[in-house]
Amino acid sequence: MFAPVYFDHNATTPLDPAVLEAMLPYLGTRFGNASSRHDYGRAARRAIDEARSRVAAAVGAHPTEVIFTSGGSEANNLFLRGAAACLRPGLLAISAVEHPSVREPARQIVAAAQGAWRVREIKVDGEGRIDQEDYQATIAEQPRLVSVMLANNETGALHDVEALAAAARRNGAAFHSDAVQALGKVAIDFRKLNAAGVNALTLSAHKINGPKGAAALVVDKRVELQAQISGGGQERGLRSGTENVAAIVGFGLACELTCARLAAGAEKAAALRSRLEQGLLGLGARVFAAGADRLPNTSYFAVPDIEGETLVGKLDRAGFAVASGSACASAAIEPSHVMAAMGVAPEVARGAVRVSFGAGNTSEQVSEFLAALGETVFQLRRLVALAG
Amino acid sequence: MLKFPIYLDYSATTPVDPRVADKMIPYLCEKFGNPASRSHAYGWEADAAVEVARVEVAALINADAKDIVWTSGATESNNLAIKGAANFYSGKGKHLITVSTEHKAVLDTMRELERQGFEVSYLAPADNGLISVEQFKQALRPDTIVASVMAVNNEIGVIQPIAELGEICRDKGIVFHVDAAQATGKMPLDMAALKVDLMSLCAHKTYGPKGIGALYVRRKPRIRLEAQIHGGGHERGLRSGTLATHQIVGMGEAFRLAREEMASENLRIGALRDRLLKGVTEIEETYVNGDLVHRVPHNLNVSFNFVEGESLIMAIKDVAVSSGSACTSASLEPSYVLRALGRSDELAHSSIRFTLGRFTTEEEIDYTVKLLHAKIAKLRELSPLWEMHQEGVDLDTVQWAAH
Repeated sequence: MFAPVYFDHNATTPLDPAVLEAMLPYLGTRFGNASSRHDYGRAARRAIDEARSRVAAAVGAHPTEVIFTSGGSEANNLFLRGAAACLRPGLLAISAVEHPSVREPARQIVAAAQGAWRVREIKVDGEGRIDQEDYQATIAEQPRLVSVMLANNETGALHDVEALAAAARRNGAAFHSDAVQALGKVAIDFRKLNAAGVNALTLSAHKINGPKGAAALVVDKRVELQAQISGGGQERGLRSGTENVAAIVGFGLACELTCARLAAGAEKAAALRSRLEQGLLGLGARVFAAGADRLPNTSYFAVPDIEGETLVGKLDRAGFAVASGSACASAAIEPSHVMAAMGVAPEVARGAVRVSFGAGNTSEQVSEFLAALGETVFQLRRLVALAG
Repeated sequence: MLKFPIYLDYSATTPVDPRVADKMIPYLCEKFGNPASRSHAYGWEADAAVEVARVEVAALINADAKDIVWTSGATESNNLAIKGAANFYSGKGKHLITVSTEHKAVLDTMRELERQGFEVSYLAPADNGLISVEQFKQALRPDTIVASVMAVNNEIGVIQPIAELGEICRDKGIVFHVDAAQATGKMPLDMAALKVDLMSLCAHKTYGPKGIGALYVRRKPRIRLEAQIHGGGHERGLRSGTLATHQIVGMGEAFRLAREEMASENLRIGALRDRLLKGVTEIEETYVNGDLVHRVPHNLNVSFNFVEGESLIMAIKDVAVSSGSACTSASLEPSYVLRALGRSDELAHSSIRFTLGRFTTEEEIDYTVKLLHAKIAKLRELSPLWEMHQEGVDLDTVQWAAH
């Protein structure tokens, strides 16, 4: 079976075999609805409670601060729409490089409010770092809600959310951070973040070798949230619906395993990324956000005059799965808003390719990739030269 | 060989059919790609599997794959349908209609919309649990925009007249939503014939995994919705978020099996349910809740008079059943569905919902009947009310002294 080398871990990750083992009983004989009062139901309830503790422990939160959702997008929507519904309308501030699942609900809140809510995008510099001057100016406008991701899914750039939240809190803002890409790659301490003013984090299972279909909003109980999915009252009324026990169990274990492996995993990924970027230099490629603190596993680059779409297609045929732009920007042909926010010219941005390493990747794979990349670039450049 | 507890709570959830689990596993293992990854084979493979499953889900209800939007379950589908349509069409009117016996996922959504300025009429069913076409017509107003009536009630299993209601709604330009979570695989659903605009579907009541559902959204005539989860634009912008391939594959396979096996399965399960009914009604002072004709073959909801509800559940713990809906089991209030049928609090409290399924056997039914006979007799022996009833005292005329 043709199995390309997988270098797209920021899009999704393979399931850890131990996580599969943990999930299987809940797709088998332990099928009870956690709200049922008989043995089947109680077993499901216990499994969820245990998973909740594991998720909480992974980020230093309390189990009662964990609300399970079906995905990171849903959790981002729950926080933004849920908190906005309970606040007096005003300014909503988000970074200019947020994931669409933060940008779009923000947009919708403004559209539905007919002027009562406004949104301001916090600028970033050419390396994808928060523009401090623009941030201070934004905070001075006293936003009610601020959302800045911990780590960017495209460039891997990290934001010092602790410091940002501390500044925002002085002006009374509720602060949320999309930590979906950060979990399992850098250490997250919600207690510490919360003390500084971060009220909520979004986490997702399928980015940490857990199953798709389970995620969480970790939220400080002082924040009032309006539930977005009404019904049977699950998750203390904040998220109704029969719990997806198998996926939640998988999520819990994935959190535990990922934290145990964090340091070693980060070191290994960083070494692979180093090797890759040295090779990229040789090709004359430009690496985006190289000047920022980044996730250890992510490299976002462009080879001059080579279309990213074309390159990834050829790389797939050569046996390497990578990404051009974010997976979630489904049918978009425009260059990403992240690139635009960083001031990257559209012609350059169209060349963007993202490589994101994970647990199974090796040094040999990186060498082979560089060889394939070099060969592909050579062929494509030859075609261009012949054409014109 | 009986396995205890005997599971007769299929309406709360169903086991994942082993054939469904087998189909799902590869998408949890080597085929783990994100279906939205357009740049490699992992993504394309996952996307292809999602589209195959979409066709299967559509096929069970005789719809087109393009009409199916993936959600995380029926609760979310109900929220998306009702909030989505009410908000989109709020310019045309602010009146909504539903039934007082709907699932909490519909009722709580309606209440939320009331808080936002909509007006809701909650129709009261007759003693048999059914609403009438007349009653529905009378509730219509010029500013009615959305109606929501479930196909099959989760507690009492009755089937509402959704075909006729659909005709009325289509005629008046009202968006008609049907929660079909308890209906799939239990009764035929034909979206080419039914004038239903939105239909909530879920996998885990039809031998698929939890955490995945769908919303049928009619394209002819075109129904518009305001999305509730915004982001990357998945599902034609109606529901953003990474698709859980393995769960979707599971739902597709579950629905395919339902389509193939429904007819024969319903016959078998109906016969078992009738066997249970016969055995249960041999016990004195038992009352079946809900119409016995317009109901799915899997459900039997019975109230046992002169028996205390909690004690009854404890006494028959060899059998996993439900008293009241699973989704609201956190509170010990009497079932609002049974109260809506006119049952007193006491009778509502002493009711049991038996729901049978694919793996229910005759042996399990016979054991359950024997158990009920024995335990109810025992509990009634201890009941002073039962004693009074046997002596011919009309309990409604008794003046109870307060203590």
